[in-house]
Amino acid sequence: MYGLEMMTFNIKDGFLEAIVRGHRSGLLTVGDYNNLSQCETLEDIKMNLTSTDYGAYIANEASPIYTANIVEKCTQKLVNDWNYMRSQADENLATFMDYCTYGHMIDNVVLIVTGTLHERDVQELLDKCHPLGMFDSIATLAVAQNMRELYRLVLVDTPLAPYFSENLTHEDLDEMNIEIMRNTLYKAYLDDFAAFCQTLGGTTAEIMGDMLAFETDRRALNITLNSIGTELTREDRKKLYSNFGLLYPHGHNELAIAEDFDQIRSAMEKVPAYSGIFSKLGYGESQMLDKLLYEEEVKKCVDCYEQQFHYGVFYSYMKLREQEIRNIMWISECVAQDQKGRISDGIVYIF
Amino acid sequence: MTDLTHPAVWFYIPCAITWICFVISVGSPDRFIDYDWLWLLFRNMSPYFWSAMGVALAVGMSILGAAWGIFITGSSLVGAAIRVPRITSKNLISVIFCEAVAIYGVIVAIILQTKIEMVEPLKDSVTYSKWAMASGYAIFGSGVTCGFANLVCGMCVGIVGSSCALSDAQNSSLFVKILVVEIFGSALGLFGVIIGIIMSGGVKWSEDA
Repeated sequence: MYGLEMMTFNIKDGFLEAIVRGHRSGLLTVGDYNNLSQCETLEDIKMNLTSTDYGAYIANEASPIYTANIVEKCTQKLVNDWNYMRSQADENLATFMDYCTYGHMIDNVVLIVTGTLHERDVQELLDKCHPLGMFDSIATLAVAQNMRELYRLVLVDTPLAPYFSENLTHEDLDEMNIEIMRNTLYKAYLDDFAAFCQTLGGTTAEIMGDMLAFETDRRALNITLNSIGTELTREDRKKLYSNFGLLYPHGHNELAIAEDFDQIRSAMEKVPAYSGIFSKLGYGESQMLDKLLYEEEVKKCVDCYEQQFHYGVFYSYMKLREQEIRNIMWISECVAQDQKGRISDGIVYIF
Repeated sequence: MTDLTHPAVWFYIPCAITWICFVISVGSPDRFIDYDWLWLLFRNMSPYFWSAMGVALAVGMSILGAAWGIFITGSSLVGAAIRVPRITSKNLISVIFCEAVAIYGVIVAIILQTKIEMVEPLKDSVTYSKWAMASGYAIFGSGVTCGFANLVCGMCVGIVGSSCALSDAQNSSLFVKILVVEIFGSALGLFGVIIGIIMSGGVKWSEDA
């Protein structure tokens, strides 16, 4: 019941909540980003990062240092923090934290399958996978020739198994079908995650419901934008939208028939929560949309720390760290390519 | 979603139904619920049972509340102190407030216990005189009051203490402000103690005491 969870939350999860709040206080601030923006070379960036939370990870990197190294070390910190918390998590929190990583698992599966399609080396692909989404038999994905084998050989033993439905497994593996597979898996995953959060009840259900609704609406928007002008039919497009969120069901009907950006805009603006985002975009512009969506996500994640005694803080921590790593990557690339004027275009400030 | 394994279905409802059937079924055949028989039940319960329960509840519930509050505060404090060790010494105050709640319970239990006197039942029966019955109930009520007040006070101070530790870790100027909230919370236990002592103050177990 709402409110009474304050009395029992700390039994199992009080320690880990305090730990994740400690990590949150170590996220980079505007001042840190300003210091990083002043850097002339990647060595300076490395030196600046050494005085932040990333210090232990990046201090011993050998010169010359590249953007990929920096990003890898920063991701390593996220992974270590996450595993530290996950290994001490008791039930319900453990399942919740696993659910948070299934999105990365889906991305890794699609990465390997696509890479294999383009005849890349399996080892090289495994290096590019996100560490939070690894599972044991992931390398075997390279062997599968079609989707049924993919499912039967590898994915049936993973947590992604229930997200495969019958109509998905009859397809061959080509570009279009892989993208459809990715989005169908993601839809099933988000539906499942949202249902799980609702069974947890209380504050967790409310906060995670809100954040997952935004996530699913954002994906619906991106799917629509990317499938304008392709051969994806309207019915197929509609099948890729989740069964919850602010756009469900009427917004989805309108998005399914949208053929250009203005129709999409008019469909989204009917939802009051998203009309603010679209009012910041001028007419006909869609480049800024990604950044505005990231900003909205970051705002939701930061707001969820206002409440105590719920699991949303763990999900938010993962999202905020990833945004921070994206910011560091952007700054490093701008510095490496000597385009420092564009740094502020790409950073989403967290605090 | 109806959960058929919930304790309400398998414990509370059967207990309630059994008790209701019992109350209705025993006693006189010409009345639905036989109040005279029920009063007999209460009349024959010794006031020492009630007073002993009062003492037990006073100390038991207070310590339950204190323990609850300490673990709520303690788990958050330990986790937050890994990163920010300076908060440990100041935030022990939250733990001390919770501990004070347990001490209130012990004090009230000792006071209540000294009020219990040995009296004889009425002649040729097992019931006690009206002063003894009243004293038994008074001590029971006093113990329950103090116990429940301290139970919720301990939980309140614990939850606020947990938030205090986490806020102090982020921004040390917040500590004193949240401490004020805790002080108000710990006053709740004190209210229970005061009422408990007043209630048990006037007990006399026999007419000439």
